[in-house]
Amino acid sequence: MKVKMIHGLKIERREEPGLPARILLKVLAVILSFLFSAILFAISGIDPWYAYTLIFVRSFTYSGLAEITTKLIPILLCTVGLIVAFKAGIWNIGAEGQLLLGAVGATWIALFVDVYDPLRLPLALLVGMIFGASWALIPIILKVRLNVNEIVSTLMMNYVASGIVDYLVYGPWKGAREWGFPYTDKFPDTVWLPLIPGTRIHWPTLIFGVFSSIMVYMLFSKTVLGFEMKVCGQGRKIADYLGMPYGSRLMIAMVISGGLVGLAGVGEVCGVHRRLRYASSISSGYGYTAIIGAWLSGLNPLGSIPSAFLLAFLLTGRDIIQVSLGLPFATSNIFNGCILLSMLVVEALGRYRVRWGRWTI
Amino acid sequence: MDYITEFIAMMISASTAILLAALGEIYAERSGVLNLGVEGMMAVGATIAFYATLSTGNIIIGLLSASISGMLLSLIHGFISITIRSNQVISGLALSMMGLGISSLIGRNLIGTPLRNSLGIIEVALLSDIPVIGAFFRQNALTFFSYILTAILWYILFKTKIGIAIRMVGDNPKSADSLGINVYTVRYRCTLLGGALAGLAGAYLSVAYTPTWIEGMTAGQGWIALALTVFSAWNPLYALIGSYLFGGIRILQFRLQPLGLSPPLLSTLPYLFTIISLALLNIEKIRWRIGAPQHLGKPYHREEA
Repeated sequence: MKVKMIHGLKIERREEPGLPARILLKVLAVILSFLFSAILFAISGIDPWYAYTLIFVRSFTYSGLAEITTKLIPILLCTVGLIVAFKAGIWNIGAEGQLLLGAVGATWIALFVDVYDPLRLPLALLVGMIFGASWALIPIILKVRLNVNEIVSTLMMNYVASGIVDYLVYGPWKGAREWGFPYTDKFPDTVWLPLIPGTRIHWPTLIFGVFSSIMVYMLFSKTVLGFEMKVCGQGRKIADYLGMPYGSRLMIAMVISGGLVGLAGVGEVCGVHRRLRYASSISSGYGYTAIIGAWLSGLNPLGSIPSAFLLAFLLTGRDIIQVSLGLPFATSNIFNGCILLSMLVVEALGRYRVRWGRWTI
Repeated sequence: MDYITEFIAMMISASTAILLAALGEIYAERSGVLNLGVEGMMAVGATIAFYATLSTGNIIIGLLSASISGMLLSLIHGFISITIRSNQVISGLALSMMGLGISSLIGRNLIGTPLRNSLGIIEVALLSDIPVIGAFFRQNALTFFSYILTAILWYILFKTKIGIAIRMVGDNPKSADSLGINVYTVRYRCTLLGGALAGLAGAYLSVAYTPTWIEGMTAGQGWIALALTVFSAWNPLYALIGSYLFGGIRILQFRLQPLGLSPPLLSTLPYLFTIISLALLNIEKIRWRIGAPQHLGKPYHREEA
């Protein structure tokens, strides 16, 4: 064990930092990324202090918080979904596409299927989950059977999914009453998710999101299935050695992952937009944001709630500065990248313990 | 120019960007560093090249600054994956996100600005008149450069000591280290080469292929380049051939449009083709690829390895 001493300050290597240290490190990462983005903003001629004040002042109002909560819902569901995949060792970068497919499934039930009206909403939720799960199942079957790298295939499938959505809203599903806009017709009110009055918060989905984070926590801490998924995540060799069904455990993980992400898509079309629109307006990068969410929560499902809140706050901030400073939409990616990078740097710091007199971190 | 020759010429010019990016990524991955930041480095390269060429009027400066910007970004990835040994997948994804963000921040005032001087088509006398093959000799300077570069990089990787060192570092860093090869230096150099070529690939898009800048102009080509790296079995020569397949699909997409097929659906073709081609490679009967570098994506640490 390496020990370095400077003025009574001891730095030594350790295996795994404790919970307080981990939380402290995440907070440090977020602060670092604020600083780093500020520098980039300043270089490109935008006053970072003005931008940040604007974000904080506008966010912490009643309408700002309502908007944050609305955005928190899809991010939470996607984050929990991705945690399941990541824990099973699957790099699911395809949440964006799985979310869109969920939205397509819900739209199909909402507008084009003849069902008994009270069943329409539950069916839309179910079919959305099935669509998202099926979309997630394709790359995992390719991985298990044909050894196709899932990072590339899930990513490629995001582009395919957005092509499908655009095809539908510009083509066969284009609304008759939409004046040439690439939208479907408005959904009948039987598939609307109930909102908290005066906001766009579709609360049933929010409750389900919180519930799912607890369920996934239980899955991995209390059940054999969760344990097997984690073990299979270590690789095929280990799974075979222990006699665990590698392929089936990975597929189950990906179905849960895609299903939760698909549900986020249903929430967006049945709760927020109430119609299907072109791909980039249905999901403004929720699927990619959720990768940060999963990493920020340290792959702990319970950590996904505060992480999703932070990311929803950042997305709301993005909208605020996009409107006030005329910045392009994609600019917020800088911040997303910074957060991930500083988390990686800070994690490396976490491999060391710092002692100073009685104080240890 | 007949139809086939014209199609091939277009196919080649549509594939140069992914070829350049894949060549760089082959070197990075051969040394054991998986860099998923190609898309981001390309986006920044495209923007910087356009900006620099526009403001200096000199394309060479544009291309050079794009390469340098790609190298700077890959240096971040190198630091995280080689020096502090953190997660390479996440670091690469972060780099892609950051690159896309930076490019739209810098480029926000460039939209719609035409570029007065872009890389023009060079026709090699006599050779360019040969039917079909002539298509290879009727390209811009950067595409000619990509042919030469492929040959050089292939030669270095398989026929020189440097190449052996690179492959050894990616396959078995511990023995490479025991033979006195500096694992960290080799990995840093390969990662930086990958960054430089990804930046150049982006520059190709904005100053040669379509001399304009639009937001998100890389449109997933960086990811396709990553798929091409796998497809080529980490061999520069196969990457050249593979890139033409991918380029051909891109052109096919535009050629099929007049047939009344929906443009959004056609736009999914390159991505579908990428997935299908990776799957086909692994079907038992036509398995011809060699395995990935053994230590791809795994950090090296003397104390632990």
